[in-house]
Amino acid sequence: MSEPTLTEHKLDPNKWIDKYSDYLFNYTIVRVNNYDISKDLVQETFFAGLKSAKNFQGKASERTWLISILKRKIIDHYRKINSKKGQAEVRMNFYSDGENEGNWIEERVPQSWDNEAEKQIENVELHNQIDACIDHLPEKHAMVFRMKTIQEIDTEDICKELDITSSNLWVIIHRARTQLRKCLEENWFNN
Amino acid sequence: MFKKLNITCDEATTICDKNQYGEASFFDKIKIQIHFLKCKICALYTKQNMLLTKAYKSKGASDKVKSSSLCMSQEDKEKLRKELEKLNTQ
Repeated sequence: MSEPTLTEHKLDPNKWIDKYSDYLFNYTIVRVNNYDISKDLVQETFFAGLKSAKNFQGKASERTWLISILKRKIIDHYRKINSKKGQAEVRMNFYSDGENEGNWIEERVPQSWDNEAEKQIENVELHNQIDACIDHLPEKHAMVFRMKTIQEIDTEDICKELDITSSNLWVIIHRARTQLRKCLEENWFNN
Repeated sequence: MFKKLNITCDEATTICDKNQYGEASFFDKIKIQIHFLKCKICALYTKQNMLLTKAYKSKGASDKVKSSSLCMSQEDKEKLRKELEKLNTQ
């Protein structure tokens, strides 16, 4: 048996599906939370990989190389949903100008919840309601919220992956969380 | 200095949200404590936020178990395999 060379990697596109489709798909779906979008992004990644195979220099492993293509596809997707018109409405919770700027808008003020709220944390139905409320967020907010809160990916990594600043991230998280809180209050805690 | 300590509800709850991930700075935490002295709404928000964080964590834990086994259907994989092979031989 000849020694495998460690320094040079080769591409073998006929084996991509078997070797990497699950890994790439999983990487994508925990970020975008949608089967068809994930499938499309993985497909685009393989196609782009094939197209630029001649540029592959063998310095990185095949998998690392494919992941770097996929990451660019995910950023593109994020930018697309970020700029998309007619996305779910962002309901303001605070006045954005005037003398009340930064104060709670009266009808959005948090109400107290019943005393049993604490006991429901692990309730599967509550988890389903959380999903339903996340789905009502603008896609961009939903994506960042899921990555940070559900997948617990580091702030720095999310910022790098989506090419956003950390202050940008915290504004998105804040908007997502205040909106989710209201949604859960109306549909669960004070239902 | 004192002006910096005076923050709005929007800012206070932003810090509170950041704090749910353990990423608020020491100075941020002082600012929200001062804000809570005069704002019961934001204090309530924070209390509820901690409960929500626990619920999100619990949901996240069960989601991670589920998502680790998520993959493309065999049918979709086969379709993609054929398309790739076609492109690869061109």
